[in-house]
Amino acid sequence: MRKLLLASAAAILCATGLQAEVKVGMITTLSGGGAGLGIDVRDGFMLAIAQSGRDDIEVVIEDDQRKPDVAVQLADKMIQAEKVDVMTGIIWSNLAMAVVPSATAQGKFYLSPNAGPSALAGKGCHENYFNVAWQNDNLHEAAGAYANTASYKNSFILAPNYPAGKDALTGYKRMYEGGLAGEIFTELGQTDYAAEIAQIRASGADSVFFFLPGGMGISFLKQYADSGIDLPVVGPAFSFDQGILQAVGEAAMGVVNTSQWNKDLDNPTNAAFVETFQAEYGRLPSLYASQGFDTANLLISALEVAEPGDKAAFRTALKAANFDSTRGAFAFGDNHHPVQNIYAREVVKEGDVFTNKIIGVALENHADAYAGDCAF
Amino acid sequence: MSTILIIEQVLNGLQFGVMLFLMAAGLTLIFGVMGLINLAHGSLYMIGAFVAAAVAGLTGSFLLAIAAAMAAAAVAGVLVEMLVIRRLYAADHLDQVLATFALILIFSEGTRWVFGSFPLFLDIPSEISGPVTLPGGIEYPLYRLVLIGIGLAVAATLGWLITKTRIGIRIRAGENDREMIAALGVDISKLYTAIFALGAALAGLAGALVGAIQSVQVGMGEPVLILAFVVIVIGGIGSIKGALIGSILVGLTDTLGGIFLPELFKLFMAPAAAQSAGASLASMAIYILMGAVLIWRPTGLFGARAA
Repeated sequence: MRKLLLASAAAILCATGLQAEVKVGMITTLSGGGAGLGIDVRDGFMLAIAQSGRDDIEVVIEDDQRKPDVAVQLADKMIQAEKVDVMTGIIWSNLAMAVVPSATAQGKFYLSPNAGPSALAGKGCHENYFNVAWQNDNLHEAAGAYANTASYKNSFILAPNYPAGKDALTGYKRMYEGGLAGEIFTELGQTDYAAEIAQIRASGADSVFFFLPGGMGISFLKQYADSGIDLPVVGPAFSFDQGILQAVGEAAMGVVNTSQWNKDLDNPTNAAFVETFQAEYGRLPSLYASQGFDTANLLISALEVAEPGDKAAFRTALKAANFDSTRGAFAFGDNHHPVQNIYAREVVKEGDVFTNKIIGVALENHADAYAGDCAF
Repeated sequence: MSTILIIEQVLNGLQFGVMLFLMAAGLTLIFGVMGLINLAHGSLYMIGAFVAAAVAGLTGSFLLAIAAAMAAAAVAGVLVEMLVIRRLYAADHLDQVLATFALILIFSEGTRWVFGSFPLFLDIPSEISGPVTLPGGIEYPLYRLVLIGIGLAVAATLGWLITKTRIGIRIRAGENDREMIAALGVDISKLYTAIFALGAALAGLAGALVGAIQSVQVGMGEPVLILAFVVIVIGGIGSIKGALIGSILVGLTDTLGGIFLPELFKLFMAPAAAQSAGASLASMAIYILMGAVLIWRPTGLFGARAA
């Protein structure tokens, strides 16, 4: 399925004749189990484009079905047939690894609204690759830092057995100073955590850290709440975003999670974003939506200064990150990954809706651990 | 590793096994009696979970949700059988696989249209939530004990149905020789529809029961479907007894393998490497079990004829 969103008729462009048409290729996940994330990124991105009033930006949106081979085909088509100037949209790190290196090698700009694999932040970094969300380890590092301030001494940690899961535990341990009661790799896509929960109970831990994105986190939290264990739980925002909190329900109440964004971050851009997103789509935005929104605004800010055809100038304009982010202050490090605050949030209930509330800063102006390995 | 932990893990394996049995029982009957490979069985499981979540959300009653889930899955099963599958009995397995794979895609995207892309909420009713203390000081979630009870009750009912009732005789006769029972005057097409509805209702029941402790989301049925196929191959195609024994074997192997293999590897490897290698091997354990069973008994534990 293919959707073309033409901002406006070409005639207007000819009449003004000031700006060249810019073509953006968005490959994201719009069907299957992981569709909620891609839909949020897309909606946030398109909201920013609509609000900018720029009618010369054409966005081609395609669904990768969360499959690397499909994403690669779509990328080839966008680069060769559609001749896009800038690419964006990929949610999953394994898809990003399949698409980004080849797209940037072919001279395209890639702005990541979500995936931030370590390989693209360190030795594999590229001058045309910008990550607007985070490097994958960041939120886990923040969870480790929060564990220190909460004086956890004996954490039980678990994550799925795949690259991002290993990065997660590495990230937590990088910051966390206490001991480990246990460390488990679960199966990717696992839905039953009874065995792991029994091990947690037997381990004598004083806290639990988990990275189980999407449905895996829902299953874990429901089963954990039902098991009667009352150790504090901490994790990255991925299992507590607006889209899935309602499915977890009471089981998530009071859980601390780490995120670079939350809807109560106090700045005018964010307040306007939360309000207009809710008005436009009838639901609260998630962190993914905020990342899509920021990505589009970064792109627009760079387009104000330079055209993608003038690569050096456009790159400098992107690097300057001269836009109003929903996160407040926003800057890129030398490897084109964000240097930003990461907050600790707590799950609360507002009326009938489960959502998050910021309780403090977990890491201030935090850059990723791989920046030093990057040389363009 | 304490005895309490081991007993708790055995209970977990048993609970996983009996839920698998609900899926595998329908699949093995449909495969055994009709000779049909139904990949869309996982979609019926998903339908059960979604309908249960929707009905529980509207009425607040978990029992009503389960009844609605079984009914909806049975209706979906009957529709699928009458509209699509009936045309495929004579076709070879590749055509059946293609057609029922198409059904998976249709059901998945259809569910996404109706219910949206975000997972739904379905919770354990408060009367049976929380842990209970078993003899020996084992704390175990009550809901999981209820699941074990329901699974074993369904197994006993199915066993009675197959061995003691008229429809059971027909099902067994159908497994042995389809043409012959048709020639003897049994309305084979009604029998097929009835079996399909029964299998679908069991899948819907499993979806609703498991949905309460897991994530109710599009695509939740396919991983279970793969395990259910492993179960019926181990148990012997067409055999309810085989499906029960196979389910419990797979449930225990999967659960206990995930716990003990990393521990075993730690005896001679560094903890991080042992954890990773153990987890990898544990995810293979049920397939190794399947391979071993097939070498020992090529038709499965209780398989009557070559599949």
